[in-house]
Amino acid sequence: MASGLMDVIANALNLITSAFDAPTGAIIFGVPIDGHLMLEALLVMVIVFQLTKKSHKPPKKPLTEKEIDELCDEWVPEPLTSDSTEETMIKPPTLESAAGPHVIVDGKDVVNFASANYLGLVGNKDVIDSCVGSLEKYGVGSCGPRTFYGTMDVHLDCEARIAKFIGMPDCALYSYGFCTIFSVIPAFSKKGDIIVADEGVHWAVQNGLDLSRSTVFYFKHNDMKSLEAILEKITSRIKEPEKVRRYIVVEAIYQNSGQIAPLNEMVRLKEKHKFRIILDESHSFGVLGNSGRGLAEYCGVPNEKIDIITAGMGNALATDGGLCTGSVGVVNHQRLMSSAYLFTASLPPYLASAAIGALEYLEANPSVLTKLRANIAFLLKELSDVSGLATVGHPLSPIIFLKLKKSTGSNKTDMHLLDSITNQVLKEHSVLIVTTKRSSLDKCPLPLGLRLFVSASHSESDLVKAAASLKKVAAVAFS
Amino acid sequence: MVRLPYTTALTTLFSYGLLFVFGQLRDFFRKLLGWIRKPKDQLKGYAPICLGLEDFYVRRLYLRIQDCFGRPIASAPDSWFDVVERCSNDNNKTLHRTEKTSRCLNLGSYNYLGFAAADEYCTPRVIQSLKEYSASTCSTRVEGGTTKLHVELEELVARFVGKEAAILFGMGYVTNSALIPCIIGKGGLIISDSLNHNSIVNGARGSGATVRVFQHNTPSHLEEVLREQIAEGQPRTHRPWKKIIVIVEGIYSMEGELCKLPEIIAVCKKYKAYTYLDEAHSIGAVGKSGRGVCELLGVDPADVDIMMGTFTKSFGSCGGYIAASKEIIQYLKFSCPAHLYATSMSPPAVQQVISAIKVILGEDGSSRGAQKLARIRENSNFFRSELQKMGFEVLGDNDSPVMPIMLYNPAKIPAFSRECLQQNVAVVTVAFPATPLLLARARICISASHTREDLIKALEVISKVGDLIGVKYFPAEPPKHLNQGHNKLE
Repeated sequence: MASGLMDVIANALNLITSAFDAPTGAIIFGVPIDGHLMLEALLVMVIVFQLTKKSHKPPKKPLTEKEIDELCDEWVPEPLTSDSTEETMIKPPTLESAAGPHVIVDGKDVVNFASANYLGLVGNKDVIDSCVGSLEKYGVGSCGPRTFYGTMDVHLDCEARIAKFIGMPDCALYSYGFCTIFSVIPAFSKKGDIIVADEGVHWAVQNGLDLSRSTVFYFKHNDMKSLEAILEKITSRIKEPEKVRRYIVVEAIYQNSGQIAPLNEMVRLKEKHKFRIILDESHSFGVLGNSGRGLAEYCGVPNEKIDIITAGMGNALATDGGLCTGSVGVVNHQRLMSSAYLFTASLPPYLASAAIGALEYLEANPSVLTKLRANIAFLLKELSDVSGLATVGHPLSPIIFLKLKKSTGSNKTDMHLLDSITNQVLKEHSVLIVTTKRSSLDKCPLPLGLRLFVSASHSESDLVKAAASLKKVAAVAFS
Repeated sequence: MVRLPYTTALTTLFSYGLLFVFGQLRDFFRKLLGWIRKPKDQLKGYAPICLGLEDFYVRRLYLRIQDCFGRPIASAPDSWFDVVERCSNDNNKTLHRTEKTSRCLNLGSYNYLGFAAADEYCTPRVIQSLKEYSASTCSTRVEGGTTKLHVELEELVARFVGKEAAILFGMGYVTNSALIPCIIGKGGLIISDSLNHNSIVNGARGSGATVRVFQHNTPSHLEEVLREQIAEGQPRTHRPWKKIIVIVEGIYSMEGELCKLPEIIAVCKKYKAYTYLDEAHSIGAVGKSGRGVCELLGVDPADVDIMMGTFTKSFGSCGGYIAASKEIIQYLKFSCPAHLYATSMSPPAVQQVISAIKVILGEDGSSRGAQKLARIRENSNFFRSELQKMGFEVLGDNDSPVMPIMLYNPAKIPAFSRECLQQNVAVVTVAFPATPLLLARARICISASHTREDLIKALEVISKVGDLIGVKYFPAEPPKHLNQGHNKLE
């Protein structure tokens, strides 16, 4: 039995071997084709066939019209805005006269610390006369953007005057102070560029940083060591420094804290690491420095070291609009690339005349700056012992910022407390001071507080009254 | 609709190609010279403000025709004004003012109802408010910047437009860019018309929401996009959208077209999307009583969720407004950054708008408002029909005071502008990037203060210049005597 099986297997093996080696007699390309080559050719064909067959995927089924209809019917949108509650009903005081050091609210005369009228130009006769002349000649609005017959000779005169005042070669005039900075930053910094900004910058700067799509790093508020650390980190990581634009964005006087940026130190850092500075001088233009030229004059830094200076004119110059100066290349670049310059109507001519009038007044009366500084010093001394509130901020800043010594826990309750203080001060003592407001879109981490805007036209009795009433109300609120 | 003939497209592309080649040649020589001269030391290590080709268009194309843009004027932008002449010593790279001015007919300013210059009702009141409130309040609206005038204007605007409440802003551009992030954020969808203004684009980008575009003024495509987006949901996660806002404009300033508002509102209502209407050019200028596109097309203002407008064009002032329901305005007054942080609108400008609206509504005791509205309608329709009869390609709908005349070729832009200026007619020419590259145009803005003689003179000059430079792309109708046409329309 076993040997029979063995014989069968041996015979089969012999057959297969002979079939493999049997010459078929065919010769292709000089190579004799043997039997095993046929088997190999068959195997190759099977492999190729499997490879070319598509793998099994489940068929894609796009949504039918009926299904889309159902989805559209089911979808429920959120309401456009959230419901208003008691605290969202802000009722600001309605002014019935010019916003000078004294103003009429609800028929009563009130001492006004809510207007950034630093040089006391609100109500100035000469400025108003030049505005009246402008109104009669040009009307109110300019009816066109700068490129399409919206440029009036008043605008060009104003730009030349401001440039001469600051000491820069040229200046670009914007039609609204608020949008100057958030249009300048995206004009110079694009995707792929690097910006280092202070964490306490106000919303317009934050919006500009978002719109520019650049990489943004924040450093601790007014802390030069933190800035230096970040600059070193960035410079060590950049591979092609000549292709990446780098900027430092700071404010001269911070709206959210009253601090002043240390420009000397910043210029030293910027020159070491090859960054450009964008400086927002909205609250320091016309205030700092011996002749009011701003932070550069105050710190003794030559103008060429600061690359871009922007300012809103709605503060010391008591008009509206914005300006941006720098070297000739910087200003020309803006005239063609800055959205708020190109795509919007230009500044109303009477406001440009008011700006020129304000600068002429400042140049003719530099003593107004000493008066302003004296007022600030006096008020700071009077406010040094208010219960529950502490003055933070630079002694030269015309924004006196009082923050809570101890926070009540959340921004909302802090706001409540501060609002009640300001309401009482207004109702019982006729002094108008304000709390810092925070929009839900604002990312600034600095604490809330009370703000007093000091003006050169405040008299000593005004300052005494303000300090005394705030002390009384705070004593009750924090007892 | 723009019908671009093939030959014109070819010649335009060829012209741009030639300019590009010459520009590159000049750049090459500039680089060569830059190599030879050593670079300034103080800029070593800094990246230049414009790298490579970023400002190529500006340097090589725009600067050649710079004298057609930014022309300064020395008087009010009324129907006739003084244009300051400029001269250049270095082939248009820098321009210098001269003392000479020339009196020209103004076809470029946005002065639809003629409030640009001193007006007999408005100006005395504006001067009064200037003396009372001074040029600025130096404060934000929520602090010490709200005056009686602001409150009065907000109520007046709400009444004029037909909504419950309104809020003012100091500038039209800021109104859009600071408002859109307030009402929509991440997880929301913005569907905007493809030709929307730069301020809307900026606002949409700054909000963090997803942005989709639908074909200009095509409600059927809007419906397609809405269906697709609602069915798909948010990108990648496919969660349903939080809310959808559709943004359109009343009159598109570069096309002169009216928005197809009734159809778009119907589509939005069907799919529960919110509508945002930007009436920058149409408020005060169209509609029987000047109430804008809603009145003209018979749409109930309650159907549009948010209506935005500016005071620069028809009211001769500055600033913008938003009109919506009481809840929305209350919310905006609490959280919109432009309301909380920006200096409030200048009081004389507020008074100008109050007086202008009173004139339009007839509340000043005269019928000047109704006369102005009738005149601008008559003027626009007359001018447009005459231009079309002459053979120009004019865009825009009837009743719209904005009429673009197509030029196409880049060389015709400065030719048209300079020739018209020589004959004392000031026109505005627009090229890339405000319009697509091939579709350069001259844009005419008609005002109610233009008289019939002014328009006839303008037509003569434009016709002569059009023949000279060859922009009459369509066959002209056989010339009727212009006086005959004048009699027929009266």
